[in-house]
Amino acid sequence: MDTAPLHAMARFGLGRRPSDPLPADPSGWLLGQLRAADAPRFDTPPSTASGLAALNADRTERPEPGKGKGRALFVAESTVTLEHALTTATPFRERLVWFWTNHFTVSLRRGECASVACAFVEEAIRPHVAGPFSAMLLAVARHPAMLLYLDNAGSVGPNSAAGQAGRRGLNENLARECLELHTVGAGAGYSQADVTSLARILTGWSIEVRGLPKGFVYRSRAHEPGALMLMGRRFPEGEEGGRAALQFLAEHPAAYRFLATKMVRHFVSDTPAPADIRRIEAALRDSGGDLGVAAAALVRLESAWQPGTKLRSPRDFAIAAVRALDLPPTERPSIPAVLRVLGEPFMNAPAPNGWPDMAADWSTPESMVRRIDWANAFAQRLGSRDPVEVADLALGPMLRSATLDAMRRAGSRRDAFTLMLTSPEFQRR
Amino acid sequence: MNIARRSVLSGLTAVAAGWGGASLALAAAPGEKRFVVILQRGAMDGLAAIVPHGDSGYTALRGAPPDGLLDLDGFYGLHPALTGMHALYKAGSVLPIHAVAGPYRVRSHFEAQDYLESGTDHRLTSGWLNRTVAAMGADALAVGVSLPLLLRGEAAVANWAPQGMAEPAPNLYAAIAALNASDSTIGPAIAAGLKERGFIHRTPMDRPDATDRNSFPALAAAAGAMLRAPDGPRIAAMEIGGWDTHAFQATRLVGPLKQLDAGLVALKTALADKWQQTVVLVMTEFGRTARLNGTAGTDHGTAGVAFLLGGPVRGGRVQADWPGLGAGQLFEDRDLAPTTDLRAVAKGVLSAHLGLSASVLDRVFPGSGSASPMLQLVG
Repeated sequence: MDTAPLHAMARFGLGRRPSDPLPADPSGWLLGQLRAADAPRFDTPPSTASGLAALNADRTERPEPGKGKGRALFVAESTVTLEHALTTATPFRERLVWFWTNHFTVSLRRGECASVACAFVEEAIRPHVAGPFSAMLLAVARHPAMLLYLDNAGSVGPNSAAGQAGRRGLNENLARECLELHTVGAGAGYSQADVTSLARILTGWSIEVRGLPKGFVYRSRAHEPGALMLMGRRFPEGEEGGRAALQFLAEHPAAYRFLATKMVRHFVSDTPAPADIRRIEAALRDSGGDLGVAAAALVRLESAWQPGTKLRSPRDFAIAAVRALDLPPTERPSIPAVLRVLGEPFMNAPAPNGWPDMAADWSTPESMVRRIDWANAFAQRLGSRDPVEVADLALGPMLRSATLDAMRRAGSRRDAFTLMLTSPEFQRR
Repeated sequence: MNIARRSVLSGLTAVAAGWGGASLALAAAPGEKRFVVILQRGAMDGLAAIVPHGDSGYTALRGAPPDGLLDLDGFYGLHPALTGMHALYKAGSVLPIHAVAGPYRVRSHFEAQDYLESGTDHRLTSGWLNRTVAAMGADALAVGVSLPLLLRGEAAVANWAPQGMAEPAPNLYAAIAALNASDSTIGPAIAAGLKERGFIHRTPMDRPDATDRNSFPALAAAAGAMLRAPDGPRIAAMEIGGWDTHAFQATRLVGPLKQLDAGLVALKTALADKWQQTVVLVMTEFGRTARLNGTAGTDHGTAGVAFLLGGPVRGGRVQADWPGLGAGQLFEDRDLAPTTDLRAVAKGVLSAHLGLSASVLDRVFPGSGSASPMLQLVG
């Protein structure tokens, strides 16, 4: 039996649900998702305006940590966002949303981000996963979540009107991460002077929390006057200079190489083959940075069809486990709670470089044993289903005979299902 | 939802936060009599739990009886880990039933557990405990983690599942580690993780956290507290795993037995004076092979042991029509031969303890005419 349909669902998707038909044309199934629209998910979609209103209230009312309106919005919205992954008919799109959300990490370690974190995903990431990278980068750099997380909202040009008048000054955080993590990457040959330059170019990119309209605002009073050099290019002052600088970075050859490497590492192998990176890099270059074209090129890599080369991250793992049972909403575990237990709480990465993407990072002894313990607890929800049938639907020809034998010998249905969930073929994708 | 069931729900929520691997389901029923079924999933080795050291064939099959065996009557002895049960036995409230089996002769865990819970030799869509509750006119029912087939059926069920981490039984950990051994990333990580947790060198019950809330004893104590309450449930079903001892049984059986023993003591303690109105049936899907296998374990067999416990139980003796372990006495030359039908035991309890009539018992255990209710078990 051909492994390609189930492999496509694991490698590029979120794992098979029993009710998912096996795609006759796995590549076509994946490529079709790139152009598909996302099913409606929210009664009230997250929005920057409502998030910032909550943040404004919190800043006034100063609730206890973890209690405020922004936090409440996040709890409600993130639950919907994660639950969507359990039922989506376009799991490849969802995986791309996760990938780019992690690439442009915004983390609740910076508490105020909670209010707009899910709006960030819906407004800055999701609409752009199959479009030009420059559009995503611009949407991210202008989004209040990122401007809060990497401190640009309060960055003031030293020679600007506000800088001359007040105490505040330049904050390089966003500029540095934009170069190092978001676009050209650390090895691209930029200098500290380039970091400072980009920070000055982006001064004035701020947020309006108290007044209206709430959201991104360009504060010319905070903007550093004068044209600035960035990586050998000259950019004019003003908001337009920032847009041009981001466009330049988004289309930089170093950025294409950096993004290609990350995409192959995430979807194909911890140690990407140089030839694979070159293929994706070329797809980006030839399409002007179109992320949909790059994603399609990933699907067409021969090496992408070798099963089991990647370890599922805790989120991949938990979502795939819940999907394998296709549980009705009332019987599902709380996904945010599961992710906390397994060590990958949603939008809570420790640092701006996001959650790690390699097996070595997720396979510490404690985290592997936690997976086992969680899997065993979750396996109770198997109920009276036949675990071998569940395994056959979820893994098909990828189910090893050793696993099947162990499942048949297991002392209970639940133990058998635990064995499936903790088998290498399920923990990998 | 009536008050009784609401209080059950809130009670369970309160006591079961940080839940473990064992599970519990409860049902309301009229009256003061309590009935608890403990399902040992994975097939407990009856010959290790109740050792027939007086049988001349025993040593040839199993070697010398374990040190510290707790003698019962000169012929049978309790496994050394069952100290709490031994004390209860001497107080007359434990009745082991040996060479017992359900009406089926399959050696598949899944099939046998289904039949055990269905109360027949084939799979039904409801369990015999649910049919018991329904027959008692109990309006429906409480809560369960994963509701066992035993309690599924016509009587409605609200299902409630707490969050929390289970800790698998040692043999399941071992099977998972073996399945991952060939994976160069996952294999070493699991091996190291289990070693860090003290799994490799010690059995779970020897670990310092063994009596924490994530354990069968804690669950049993919670169940006892709820069953004791005036408006609490009257029927409970619990599950405990870890019995599938295909290898190194002498070591790996100690943990589950200690958990079971501590759980039964905890249940009695929590029930307090209501122990006098409670009968507990401990049962497993089948016994294990009479001989040890090549890895110092036992494989799937036929007859085994069930226990009745509780104030009304006529205990302090071993109930058995002993088939013998000698040449020609084993079932298919491999297993302890079944001489008592488990349905007769259950029907005896339901009749004498819960007052179910003969016609109701026929509905609870359809087609069980050949297994008359066993007399003199309780009361």
